[in-house]
Amino acid sequence: MKIFNIPEEENMNPGHVACPGCASALSMRFALKALGRETILVVPACCWSVIDGPFPYSSVKVPLFHIAFGTTAAFASGIRAALKMKNKKANVVVWCGDGEAFDIGFQTLSGAAERKEDIIFVCYDNEGYMNTGIQRSSATPIRAWTTTTPKKYPKQELKKDLVEIFAAHKIPYAATATVAFPEDMIRKFSRAKEIRGLKLIHILSPCPSGWKFPENLTVKISRLAVETGIFPLYEVEYGEKYTVNHIPKWLPVEEYLKKQGRFSHLTEKDCQEKRAYIEKKWLELREKSKSLEKIPILVNN
Amino acid sequence: MKKLLTGNYAASYGAILSRAEVISAYPITPQTQIVEKLSTMVAEGKLSAEFINVESERSALAVCMGASATGVRAFTATSAQGLALMHELLHWTAGARLPLVLVNVNRAMAPGWTVWCDENDSLSQRDTGWIQIYCESNQEVLDSVIQAYRIAERIMLPVMICMDGIFLSHTQEIVDVPEQEKVDRFLPPYKPPVFLDTSSPHAFGSLTPPPVYFEFRYKLQQAMDEAQAEIEETGKEFGNIFGRNYGLLDEYLLNGAEIAVVALGTVCGTCRVAIDRLNKKGNKIGMLRIRTFRPLPKKKVLEDLRGVKKIMVIDRNISYGHHGILHQEIKSALYRELNIPVFGFIAGLGGRDITPEDIEQMVNYTLKHEEPDTDILWWGVNR
Ligand SMILES: Cc1ncc(C[n+]2csc(CCOP(=O)(O)OP(=O)(O)O)c2C)c(N)n1
Ligand code: SF4
Ligand SMILES: [Mg+2]
Repeated sequence: MKIFNIPEEENMNPGHVACPGCASALSMRFALKALGRETILVVPACCWSVIDGPFPYSSVKVPLFHIAFGTTAAFASGIRAALKMKNKKANVVVWCGDGEAFDIGFQTLSGAAERKEDIIFVCYDNEGYMNTGIQRSSATPIRAWTTTTPKKYPKQELKKDLVEIFAAHKIPYAATATVAFPEDMIRKFSRAKEIRGLKLIHILSPCPSGWKFPENLTVKISRLAVETGIFPLYEVEYGEKYTVNHIPKWLPVEEYLKKQGRFSHLTEKDCQEKRAYIEKKWLELREKSKSLEKIPILVNN
Repeated sequence: MKKLLTGNYAASYGAILSRAEVISAYPITPQTQIVEKLSTMVAEGKLSAEFINVESERSALAVCMGASATGVRAFTATSAQGLALMHELLHWTAGARLPLVLVNVNRAMAPGWTVWCDENDSLSQRDTGWIQIYCESNQEVLDSVIQAYRIAERIMLPVMICMDGIFLSHTQEIVDVPEQEKVDRFLPPYKPPVFLDTSSPHAFGSLTPPPVYFEFRYKLQQAMDEAQAEIEETGKEFGNIFGRNYGLLDEYLLNGAEIAVVALGTVCGTCRVAIDRLNKKGNKIGMLRIRTFRPLPKKKVLEDLRGVKKIMVIDRNISYGHHGILHQEIKSALYRELNIPVFGFIAGLGGRDITPEDIEQMVNYTLKHEEPDTDILWWGVNR
């Protein structure tokens, strides 16, 4: 028997407006369990500006400010400065999609990281602009379908590596997480809470509506992303200390890709290319992470 | 205490005396000294505030909005390109009813690159829901920043204080810097009714469907209407304490005037000189300075202009495809109330000088014509 160690405290209300099976709603639930009520959320344009509910409702039990796309890290810096002037404590948390973190709010986030702003910046990455109807972002994986990268001409470019970019900013804490590993996710939020400076948490957030898979497969897809090696669970401190949290079972990448309509056009060559990228990422990770020295990297055919 | 101050320093003293608690700004000529002065004051511990050196104007305003939403007094300053970069957030600040104060140092918009003055930058932010006050002197800049916080925090709308770049920002004038203790009496600490508070969680700015959105906008307009009385009362009370009175508008020799010159900003100082000269020769010229451009005090404008035979608007700006912005505003205020010809001059774009002689010649033109020859009277342009 496995005993899960997840706090019972609920800081989300029973209702929200996400699609059924949305991992970003589940992620918020886990995050708030770790963060608690002394938390202020900043949300830009993204699915979460809808998920929280229309005026006058809110699906969370903490204050939440909806702000313009591309401005969250600065807005949160202002909250932090005000709390300092008032001598008050709270977790100041940006909760945003990949559009904000990878694209339109990227400069602002870089500025906040450079200034060492004491905020937790969370990107729930559903690998596209879902709120506006599934367009590509710079977080969309190579060869994926979106409404702006049709199957005949799917995305040609690699996804940006957000954690590595901010590790290069030497922020005190950067970590990846996903919903199939709730204890790992909760632990990371609890850690982030205790560290001063900018903390980045990059959540892979499977999206049934945008990735085209049945809504009961969310957790399975999340798990497969980790077990195939596509989405490594790891933490980086000050851009130097790397810790890999989970060694994949090296399941075949097809198990992940074939379950999603957005990859249904992929050829064997594309899968081979995917495997090569996974291998490259893990070789880099193994090089950087002392704890990984001896593990074999067995990206499976 | 009397000091010799540039407009930029006057604005900085305004923010300091108002006890701004969070300040964020991004350098741009001709506003830069405000950023330098305030960041140095904070760094040296002479001002108890957080100064955040951001990577863009958009972020500067976002920082101030975050601070204001958390219940502290925030200040920013910018100019031209920076103000334009803030545009989306200008709407957001007013819509979220955050009582910030922003000093805009008026500068013409590029291209080509220019650092000289005109007012197209702030006038084209007319419809964002900010109160806009235009200053004529450095003393007025300092005094207006202090008044701005009181107005903003009472009606929960942001205030933009505008001063002409170079002409005020970089010109020293003698400025009476009020005592802190008196300012504290005039401007109580900021205590908003709701703010980001973990003990009373609210969601701000959520999805707002048609059944409710309209009412929020109606309320914003109501606040603008209320702002008129607030600006007047604040100006009077300021006068009681500091001996300098301010109102919505500033009338000069309008009583019995036959021609009213209408303008805003520093050109009004030039107008005063020209008008004095002209009136010495027996003319009856007066001036209406639009200190408060938003809300536009339409009733008061009408009261002031009733009785004049001709109106002369001098615009240091243009709404391309129409005409001068103030020209358009004044005409709309007159509609069906006063049937007076309006002469719309456009002058001084991109910082070209407007001299007292220019004004005298504009008046002479107006005296000689029953109606303007053209919709736009371009002044001094080489065609
Ligand atoms: C300045 C601006 N540009 C565009 C939009 C339209 N818009 C709203 S949400 C969105 C995409 C959001 O994508 P992401 O951040 O990945 O969040 P998701 O919707 O996927 O949750 C866009 C383009 C906007 N609101 N503001
Ligand atoms: S589109 Fe995707 S991310 Fe957005 S609410 Fe639906 S499932 Fe969640
Ligand atoms: Mg997205």
